Amino acid sequence: MHLKIWGCRGSVPAPGSHTAKYGGNTSCIEVAVDDGMAIVLDAGTGIRALGLDLVARGTRRIHLFLTHLHLDHLEGLRFFAPLWDERVTIEIWGPRSPVSSLRDRIHRAFSPPLFPLDFRDVPARVTFHDLPGEPWRSGGITLTADLVLHPGPTLGFRVESDGATLAYLPDHEPALAGIDGRSPDWISAGGLAHAADLVLHDSQFSEEEYDTKIGWGHSSVADAVAFCRAVGARRLVLFHHEPEHSDRVLEELEQRARALTADDREPPLLAREGMTLELG
Amino acid sequence: MATERQKQLVLILARAFVSNLSTPALLADARGYLVFYNEAAEDVVGRRFGETGETPFDDWSADFEPRTAAAEPLPREQRPARIALDEQRPAHLSYVVTSADGVEREIDVTAFPLFAHTEEFVGVVVVFWRR
Repeated sequence: MHLKIWGCRGSVPAPGSHTAKYGGNTSCIEVAVDDGMAIVLDAGTGIRALGLDLVARGTRRIHLFLTHLHLDHLEGLRFFAPLWDERVTIEIWGPRSPVSSLRDRIHRAFSPPLFPLDFRDVPARVTFHDLPGEPWRSGGITLTADLVLHPGPTLGFRVESDGATLAYLPDHEPALAGIDGRSPDWISAGGLAHAADLVLHDSQFSEEEYDTKIGWGHSSVADAVAFCRAVGARRLVLFHHEPEHSDRVLEELEQRARALTADDREPPLLAREGMTLELG
Repeated sequence: MATERQKQLVLILARAFVSNLSTPALLADARGYLVFYNEAAEDVVGRRFGETGETPFDDWSADFEPRTAAAEPLPREQRPARIALDEQRPAHLSYVVTSADGVEREIDVTAFPLFAHTEEFVGVVVVFWRR
């Protein structure tokens, strides 16, 4: 399984010289498959550059899986070039809400005063699917979605291919319901990340910052490490970087994560825009 | 799916909630299994939850011999937890049990169903107060 990170910043884009190394675009991951189809996780501003790349590659079948509809996971969709190409088919998967459909909630982002055009103006063939449901399978990939702990309906994803497993949990605060002393079945996303080779996990805050932001839906680096240990995951990739954190601060957090990780696991890594990862 | 099955998120949140209450409370899942009770309930039950483990709620509750104020056995279908599980609606009742220490106690019991975002029934919360 091949992954490319097109955006890993949390909350709001943070361009500038202080974030140039790890990037300022918000969440977007590409899972590469070999049959001309693209699998995309989240539509933060990182999806804009991915869209241009998909056009250049001639990709016309796209599955977009949204963890949730907070703006930093959706705001790039309006500028996703394949959406404006009538030859493209896009299937959008995301969390159902108790009050309105995924389709209706996404259409809100494509209407005044937020945007000059209406979703009716989108030329691509777009269909919407509510999650969680049965695991989705295509191109040798199995993707399982489940609700995870974050304000509002929010999904995490488990992606499996050729014996390799990725867990994608960009916005997740498992500590709110407990990690230490819990069996994995009682930990939010414990099933999704169980024994995963790689976990891209929310690591927005230092421990000190988290103390004043409990309940905001994000994790400290220490809780991300504790989560991976509790679910038996092999390697943590620190994701959803706090917009106020410079490259230097992020590297300090990476050192903290490595210090907290037991010797029997691979050292945590900082997610970086443009980073490619290979599993299996 | 090659994963350990995890509890429904609403149950995980409910456990976090009741584990922080000083009022005795327990959780049963949609199958009717007792899946957790808090420390305040351990005081009444007489056993830590870790020693009890997940077990069918009816089997577990039978040990406490629920009965009416007139000392008649309380039919299962009149018990609040059973109503919340079977009919998926809230219920409240005062009745008498024999707690783990052998003492007969009058208790007030409130049970209510839990529905996830999709109105999926995931279990019940049962709260009880000693008189």
